[in-house]
Amino acid sequence: MNSAADQLLVFVLLINILILGTRRTNIAIRAIAAQGIVLGLLPLMTHSFHSHILIITIFVLLAKGVCIPWLLLGALKKADSKEDLQPVFGYSGNIIAGAITTVLAFVFAAKLPLAPIHQGLLIVPASLATILAGFIAIANRRQAINQVVGYLMLENGIFIFGLLLTEAMPLMVEAGALLDLIAGIFVMGLIIRQINREFSSIDTSRMTALREVE
Amino acid sequence: MADILIHCALIILMPPLLLGVINRTKATCAGRTGAPLLQPYYDLFRLLRKGSVFSRTTTWVFRAGPIVTLAATLAAALLIPLGNHLPPLSFNGDMILFVYLLALGRFFTATAALDTGSSFEGMGAAREVTFSCLAEPVICIALLVLSRLSGSLSLSGILTHSSTTLWLNSGAALILLVAGLFFVLLSENCRIPFDDPNTHLELTMIHEVMVLDHSGPAFGMIMYGAALKLFILGALFLHVLLPLRVASPLLDWMIFFTSILLLAVVIGVVESVMARYRLTRVPQMLLAACVLSAFAMMLVMR
Amino acid sequence: MLILLLTTIPLAGALVTWLVPSGHRRPLVLPVVACLHLLLSGFAIAQPSAPLMNGWICLDAVGKLFLLEFSALFAACAFYAVNYLQYRKERNNRGICTGFLVCLSAMTLATAAHHLGLLWLAIETTTLSMAPLVYFNRNARSIEATWKYMLICSIGIALALLGILFLAYATVVAGLTPSLILNTLQGYAPSLPNVWLNAAFALMLVGYGTKMGLAPMHTWKPDAYGEAPGLVGAMLAGGLANCGLLGLIRIYQICISSSDVHFYKTCLIGIGLFSIAVAAIFLVRQTDIKRMLAYSSVEHMGLFAVALGLGGKALYGVMLHLIGNGLAKGVLFLTSGNIHRAFASKNREFARGTLKRAPWTGALFLAAFLAMTGSPPFLPFASEFVFFTAAFSQGHIITGSLMALLLMVAFLGMTLTVVPVVFGDPPKDRERTRYRETFLLVAPPLALLVVLGILGLWLPQPLYRLVVEAAGLLEAVR
Repeated sequence: MNSAADQLLVFVLLINILILGTRRTNIAIRAIAAQGIVLGLLPLMTHSFHSHILIITIFVLLAKGVCIPWLLLGALKKADSKEDLQPVFGYSGNIIAGAITTVLAFVFAAKLPLAPIHQGLLIVPASLATILAGFIAIANRRQAINQVVGYLMLENGIFIFGLLLTEAMPLMVEAGALLDLIAGIFVMGLIIRQINREFSSIDTSRMTALREVE
Repeated sequence: MADILIHCALIILMPPLLLGVINRTKATCAGRTGAPLLQPYYDLFRLLRKGSVFSRTTTWVFRAGPIVTLAATLAAALLIPLGNHLPPLSFNGDMILFVYLLALGRFFTATAALDTGSSFEGMGAAREVTFSCLAEPVICIALLVLSRLSGSLSLSGILTHSSTTLWLNSGAALILLVAGLFFVLLSENCRIPFDDPNTHLELTMIHEVMVLDHSGPAFGMIMYGAALKLFILGALFLHVLLPLRVASPLLDWMIFFTSILLLAVVIGVVESVMARYRLTRVPQMLLAACVLSAFAMMLVMR
Repeated sequence: MLILLLTTIPLAGALVTWLVPSGHRRPLVLPVVACLHLLLSGFAIAQPSAPLMNGWICLDAVGKLFLLEFSALFAACAFYAVNYLQYRKERNNRGICTGFLVCLSAMTLATAAHHLGLLWLAIETTTLSMAPLVYFNRNARSIEATWKYMLICSIGIALALLGILFLAYATVVAGLTPSLILNTLQGYAPSLPNVWLNAAFALMLVGYGTKMGLAPMHTWKPDAYGEAPGLVGAMLAGGLANCGLLGLIRIYQICISSSDVHFYKTCLIGIGLFSIAVAAIFLVRQTDIKRMLAYSSVEHMGLFAVALGLGGKALYGVMLHLIGNGLAKGVLFLTSGNIHRAFASKNREFARGTLKRAPWTGALFLAAFLAMTGSPPFLPFASEFVFFTAAFSQGHIITGSLMALLLMVAFLGMTLTVVPVVFGDPPKDRERTRYRETFLLVAPPLALLVVLGILGLWLPQPLYRLVVEAAGLLEAVR
C-alpha cells in the first residue's frame, strides 16, 4: 500500500530480533510494548481514515502499548530475577534462528497467492516472521515472563496478518479478540506470581514435577 | 584533477584529526579539557622520530606487518569516493578489491602479532579475526545491497547513487544498512562498546594487544593506518546515511568535511555514554549487525 | 432468542456466586442454574433452528447435540459440586463456582455460534475461565499444570485465530465478499484458493486440536487433568475438549465442501491415529488414575479425528460418540474425584480396593470404564461399532485394523490400572480419610451412567432424528 507501513513493519522485524537477543527481561517487555504501539499505528497507515480504524487504533495502543506491558512489569517487579537464564540454544542461537525463520517467512510468503492489491507488500512475510519469532521465544526462553512475551509476539504476528482484513473482520470480533488477549495475559500474570511464590523463581525449567515416570 | 589532489590530501592529512575530535568529545563529555585537537599529529611525529626495537624471535613478517597494512589501507582509500567526488581509481568490481584490501591489512596485522610468539598477541589476533569474521559479511552485504539498488558494480557508482528519492523508496533497507554499518564502523575501529582503545589491561584488549611489540615508526604507521581505516569506513557510512548532493564541487567538499567531523563527534558521544560490552556479547552484537544487513538484502532482493 | 437467554442465565448465576459471601451457600447456586439451563436447553433443542443476528447465531442440529451434552454434564457436575465443595471447606470456592458458570455460558454460546470469530471468542473464553479451576488445589504441582495448560492452550487458540484470518483472506483472494459466517463459507468453499484453505485448515486443526488434546499437542492434558479436582476434570474432558471438537467440526464442514477433500481427510486420519497410538502407549503402566483418564481422552479425541477423516457413515458415529464420550468421561472423573478423596491419593499404589472402601463409587468407576472402552450395552459401544463398520465398509482396512489394535492395547493398559483400583485390598498402613459416600457424590454419576445405558440400548426417535440430521450437516454441500 505504501512504504511508510513497510518501514514500520521492518521496525517490527527488528524488535523481534531484539527480543530474541536481549537478556534483560524489562528490555524485552519494553520492546514488546514498542511493537504494540507500532502495530497500533499501522492500521492508520494502511487504510483510509474511518471511525472503525480509529477505534481499533486506540484500543490496540491502550491494550498492547500500555495495559499489557504494565501488567508484565508489575509481575516482573515481584519476581526475584531481572535477567533470564541462558536460553536453550544461547542468545546467538536465538538471533540466528530468528534470522533464518525471517528468511523462510519471506521465501514462503513469496509463494503464496495474494490478492492483487496486496502484491509486494511486507505484511504477509512480516506477519509470518513475527509468528515464528514468537514460537522461538516461547520454546527457547526459560523465564515465564519471557515466554509470555513470546506469546505476545505470536499474537502480534497474527494481528499484522489481520491488517489485510480490517474491512472483512467485524469490529466486535476484533475487539473481543483483544479483550481475550488482555484477559489471558492477566491470568498469566497472576499465574506467574503464584509460580514465583511456589518456586521462589519464575524459571519454568524448574517445574519438572509432572513428567511421565516409567 | 583538482578533485584528485584534494582527495589525496584529505586521505593523507585528515585521519588523525578524527581521532583528535573523538578524544576531545570524550573529554568534554567527561568534563575535562582534554588534549589538543592536533595531539594525534604530535604523537605521530614523535613516534616517527624514535628508533625501533625488534625482538630476536621475530622474522620479516613482523617488520612487514605495519607497512603492508598501511599500504593496503591507503590503496583502499584511493578507491572510495569522498563526498560527491569520484575517487582517483574506479573500475567495475573495485568493491571486491576494496574488501580484500581491508582484509589484507588485517591479515598482516594478525600475522605480525602471531609472529612475536607472545601469548597475549596471539590472543588478540584470535579475537580480531573472530570478530572480523562477523564484521566483514556486513560490509559485503551492504555493498551488495547498494550495488543492487544502484545497478552499478563500482564503488563510486554504488556509493554516490544514494539520494533522497532512494531513501523514500527503499528507506527500510537503508535504515537497516546504516544500523549494521554503524556497528561495524565501531567494531572495526576498536571503539567502545566493542573495544577500548585506551585500555591498559591486556586481557581485555582486542586490537591494541596485537601491536604491543611494535615501536617507533612502525607503531606510528599502525596508528596512522588505524586512523585512516576509521576515515575510510566513516566515509563509506556517510555515503549511505547522508544523500546530500549539491552541484557545486566546493560546497560538496565542505559538506563532506563537516559531516565526517560530525560523525567523529557522534562516535565520541557514543563512547562516552556506553560501557564496553563483555567480550562474549561482542559476537552477538556483530551477529545482530549481520542479521540487519541480511534483512536489508532480503528487502531489496524481494 | 432462547439461546441468548441460555447464555445469559449462567452469566447472571456467575454474578450471584461472585456476590454471595458465604462459602457454604455459594455452591447451591450451581444446581439451580444447571436445572434451569437443562430445562431451557430442552426447549431450545425442540425448536426448529432459525438464524439470528444476520446468521451469526444459529442453533443447528450439531449445536443442539453439543448443547444437550454440555447441559447434561454440567447438571451432573453441579449437583456433585454441592457435596464435593463441602469436603473442601478449606479452599475458597468463589473462583470455582464463578469459573464454572462463565464456562457454561461460553460453551452455550459456542454451540450456537455460526460466525467463526464468535465461535473462537467463546472457545477462548472457556479456556480462560477454566484456568483458575485447574489451580484449585493451590500447590506447586497444580501451578505447574495450570501454567502448561494456559500457555499451550493460548498458543493453540491463537493459531486457530490465524487459521480464521487465513480463511477470511481466502475469500478476499477469490474476489468474494469477505465473510466468516459458516453457511456463506460453505457456499464459497469450492471457489476458494486451495493453498489458503489448506493452510487455514491445518492451522485450525492444530489450534482446536490443542484444545481437544490431539497428539502431539496433548502434553498439557495429563498434567491439567491430573492436578485439577475430579469435578473440574469432568468439565475439561466432557466440556472443553468437546468445544475444541466443535471448532474442528465447523472448519470441517467448510473444507469438506471444497473441490479437493483428500488433504483434509488424510490429515485427520493421520493425526487421529497418531493420537490413539500415543495414548495407547502411555496408558500402559499408567499408575495415576486421573492421568490415565487424560490419556483415554486423548485416545477418544483421536477417534473423533479419524472418524471425521473417514466421513460417510462414521459421521453418524461421531455424533453418537460425542454424547457417549462426554458423559462417560463425566462419570469417570467424578468417581475418580471420590476415589482421590477416599484414599487421599490418585495413584494405584495407594488407591486400592475402592469396592471395599466406597462400594458405589467403585462400581460406578468400573462400569464407566467398561462403557468408555466400548463394552455393550453402553452408548460408546454403539458409536465405536459404527466407526469400525464405516472404516471397513469404506475400504480403509489398514486404518480400521490399526484402530482396533490400538484400542485393544489401550483397553488392556487401562485394565491393568483399573482392576487393582477397584478390586484390590485397601492399604492397611495408611490413615483413614474422613471421606464418606453421600447421595450427592454418587447420584449424579449414576444418573449419567443410566442415561448412557439407556441410550446404548434404545435411542429415542427425536434424538435419533437429531443425530441423523447433524451427521447430514457434516456432509459436503453441493
